[in-house]
Amino acid sequence: MEASEVSIELYVLLSAILFIMGTMGVLLRRNAILIFMSVELMLNAANLALAAFARQWGNGDGHVMVFFVMTVAAAEVAVGLALIVAIFRTKKSIDIDDLHLFRG
Amino acid sequence: MNFSTDTQASVIAILPEILMTILAVAVLVYDVIWPEERRVQLGYLAGFGLMSIAGVVWLIGVPPAGGLQEQLLLGGMVRHDDMAQIFRVMVILAGALSCLLAMGVLKLRARGDFYAVLIVAVIGASLMSAAADLIMIFLALETTSITLYLLAGYLRDDDRSTEAGLKYFLFGAFTSAFTLYGLSLVYGLTGQTNIYELGKTLATNGLPDPPVVIALGLVAVGFGFKISAVPFHFWTPDVYEGAPTPITALLSSASKAAAVGLLLRFLLAVFPPPELLGALEGVKDYSAFWVQLAAVLSVVSMSLGNVLALVQSNIKRLLAYSTIAHAGYILIGVAAISTDCSGDGAAAVAFYMFMYVLTNILAFGVVILFANATGSEQISDLAGLSRRNPWLALAMTIALLSLAGIPPAAGFIGKFLLFRAAVNANLVWLALVGIVNVIIGLYYYLVVVKVMYMERSEDEDKPIPVGTPYSWALGISVAGVLLFGTILVTPLLDWATDAAHALYVLL
Repeated sequence: MEASEVSIELYVLLSAILFIMGTMGVLLRRNAILIFMSVELMLNAANLALAAFARQWGNGDGHVMVFFVMTVAAAEVAVGLALIVAIFRTKKSIDIDDLHLFRG
Repeated sequence: MNFSTDTQASVIAILPEILMTILAVAVLVYDVIWPEERRVQLGYLAGFGLMSIAGVVWLIGVPPAGGLQEQLLLGGMVRHDDMAQIFRVMVILAGALSCLLAMGVLKLRARGDFYAVLIVAVIGASLMSAAADLIMIFLALETTSITLYLLAGYLRDDDRSTEAGLKYFLFGAFTSAFTLYGLSLVYGLTGQTNIYELGKTLATNGLPDPPVVIALGLVAVGFGFKISAVPFHFWTPDVYEGAPTPITALLSSASKAAAVGLLLRFLLAVFPPPELLGALEGVKDYSAFWVQLAAVLSVVSMSLGNVLALVQSNIKRLLAYSTIAHAGYILIGVAAISTDCSGDGAAAVAFYMFMYVLTNILAFGVVILFANATGSEQISDLAGLSRRNPWLALAMTIALLSLAGIPPAAGFIGKFLLFRAAVNANLVWLALVGIVNVIIGLYYYLVVVKVMYMERSEDEDKPIPVGTPYSWALGISVAGVLLFGTILVTPLLDWATDAAHALYVLL
């Protein structure tokens, strides 16, 4: 362990801040792509926490999970962007306020 | 803990997933090599393929004898026990019946890619039933979710389907980020990823309450979304209405059942009631937190779901709100599993899910046939259904009676078991709220029955044809709903009780 080590609390604090920023982004933004980017920020906040915890405990499980989360996020991007494109083709807009075919 | 490394047991533990992967590839291959007009048969290949896999699970997939050590396989990633088995049979059966239902949808029935993606969704649901490690839990959850986003938005030219897909995707990705953050906190608090090991560490290392409760709350968001409990239910009516109906059937059955199975396992393993860890010293009890959480979510889900269902005019939306109400009934059972460690609560939940899966497939199957024939999903257009096709009206009536909880349909026994479990767990007030809600629910289910039988319409002389795949799908579900409500109650309940006992073995 080096002397200039950053303590675990700071990593967790940073990840919590990123997570809250992502959450606010999802709740406040109206553009589907920006909402989606905010979700990615939330996932990466969790990744940061996992990597920090993995170092804290000195085992690799957290790192393994980070890799899986990145893979899953990539798959989610593929599906999400495809859906956004499909919506844009019919509506010429990706504003989620324009998604109002359903009532009740 | 040393996990079992028995090769044969490891293969058998994931045999259903292996077979389903092969089946998905086979469907894709036949999609290419079969000529256009033969591709309609792909649904039979996928449907009966899945059904035989469910049979394989039931007959060959006997869990290893012994305790937790022998059943935790593949490095602790999955636990192969009876609970995993019963939920696997449920979700695979739901997938099989959805494949048969898809054969009645013109734009879907000859598309191999559709069936392949559907099978992958079932693989995820099947893994969820057995997952015993944070990594596997997250992967299984996402395998189901991502494929279901695709399936919900599969009809690209249909505005309503793409909109349903995007809504489902945005809600799903948002809530799964919460779950992931919760899981990362659970890992951070214990340094372990196997849920049985970390449950023991969590209970004995004397952590302060707040971080544990925050982690629990974050994980609960994702589960609440999956089982569409209030307040994570906003997506449900829109997605159920817009998605292709076979996928709505799958969403309301397989995806929900798997999430319930995983929820039972996760809560009991990670936040166990202290009596299950009898041999350990200084055990801290976190189970009270999730019992309260489940009870509160249960009350609001039941009440809101039922009240909003009263005013619906679209049959798919009505069934969507009824699904939300049923999430509430299921959470009654979840709240009851901790206080009463005899296993009755978990057995009741498993039994209830089994009948619920069959009932929902049945109801949505009738809706597809009806919508194909009339182009409408309005409840008022169901008028005269009993004269247009008496069998179809009878099938729908059985489904609605089962949802409402009237004998001889299986829903009655399911609800009875849930409420009894709540009473045994000293949650009498919760059982009473449940009973009041069942009575509210009766009203809107019976209104649909009334419209089908009593009201006349101009189209009465136009019969509604039922194709062969539908005869299979509806016949199997009707038989299941009626038999499991009458003469087959005991075998199914015995199986569920065995499964529940396995779930309580944590050491």
